[in-house]
Amino acid sequence: MTGTPPTGRWVIALSLLCAFLLSGIAWPGELDRFRPDWVAMTLIYWCMALPQRIGIGVGWGVGLLLDVGRGGLLGQHALALAVVAYLTLQAYRRIRVAPLWQQTFSILALLAVERILVFWISGVIGYPPRDWWYLAPALGGMALWPLLFIILRDIRRYFQVS
Amino acid sequence: MAALKPSRRISHLFAVNPTAVLHLALWGALSIALMTVDHRYHALDRVRDVLATVIYPLHILARLPTDGQNWLMEKWASRSALLEENARLREKQILLNVQLQKLTTLEAENRRLRSLLESAVNTPERVLIAELLAVDFNPYRHHILLNRGRQHGLYVGQPVLDQHGIIGQIIRADPLTATAILITDPNHALPIQINRTGVRTLALGTGKLQELELPHIAHNEDVKVGDVLVTSGMGGRFPRGYPVGTVTAVEFDPGSPFARILAKPAAQLDRIREVMLLDNQPPIIAPESTDAVATWTR
Repeated sequence: MTGTPPTGRWVIALSLLCAFLLSGIAWPGELDRFRPDWVAMTLIYWCMALPQRIGIGVGWGVGLLLDVGRGGLLGQHALALAVVAYLTLQAYRRIRVAPLWQQTFSILALLAVERILVFWISGVIGYPPRDWWYLAPALGGMALWPLLFIILRDIRRYFQVS
Repeated sequence: MAALKPSRRISHLFAVNPTAVLHLALWGALSIALMTVDHRYHALDRVRDVLATVIYPLHILARLPTDGQNWLMEKWASRSALLEENARLREKQILLNVQLQKLTTLEAENRRLRSLLESAVNTPERVLIAELLAVDFNPYRHHILLNRGRQHGLYVGQPVLDQHGIIGQIIRADPLTATAILITDPNHALPIQINRTGVRTLALGTGKLQELELPHIAHNEDVKVGDVLVTSGMGGRFPRGYPVGTVTAVEFDPGSPFARILAKPAAQLDRIREVMLLDNQPPIIAPESTDAVATWTR
């Protein structure tokens, strides 16, 4: 599409790796229910920042590794993250121009879609969710989105990833 | 002229990717196919093995902070504290040794009595230690990931314990890691026996880490709060006599044919760090002939 070659592939990969490691760290006590899905959030950020590079395929691959890493059904998170990437690609123009606090609502919706898909598949294979707490990580993600956004934006600018 | 050309950023701002839906359909179909094959036919074990090995360093990396902290604590622990701990551990070991001596005699006696009764002999089990790598994100599915796998001799169906009681069993063994299902998982049932009365039943997972449910116990059965539950050895997965939990509630609902009985797991499922894996693979099914017993127990 453009003449300049894509840069900063390692920055993107490393940020996703950090997100994966972060998602494995438990939060204290009851707060743990709100532990956000860092990988999904990081993916959403890169989809919004570099829609021409990061998209459905990347989301799917990351999701597949997540499935292996968390020991779930192969393809479960892959499907969920592919859908999230697709929705982000469709909506990034509207989300990106909004102020940060308004962005959080879009993020909430995207993360909720991811949660619902993952648990819908869990339900199909015989693990139906028992209450509404499974949506709590989307709220946690919403609350922490501004922080993640600013950090990743600064990283992207510093390394001039485009 | 160059100034009139839209810059790269601007052009992307309005770029519409017409193939996005196609991509989504493609990747979506692929994931559904993957899930079907994985769930119904378990045909992807090889793929999973490869991916699990690829991802193994990540788990190690994720453990680094905790491991580093422990290492530092040990490194900087003062000499007197270490000596104190050493003395305490030695004392404990002597105590345990004494108990173990008693156990050996008891075991021998038990074996003799059992051979008199011509029943299957309990083989002594080998024990392997594994550490926790990760906990499933899903609150309704209690799975844990361990840092030992097929290469270390783990197998599917292997019982997992901590020092207080049964934790669960291995449901998937990858080359370097293994997944275990906890006894509190809603899809897990454990054959148990009430130690005091010998009543046999199942302990069903409820999806809560502090709760097991005992179904099908009649109202007139003798069950009290505080009764200790042990594995019954039925089903052949778990060896007999390991602690499972204690009864916490017995409720009689006149409308239902059975009592509602809840128990608390003996193992501390919410703070698992190290687990023990029992190796009792050979005598899974009760042998038919006594010759088979002789060869298996040797």
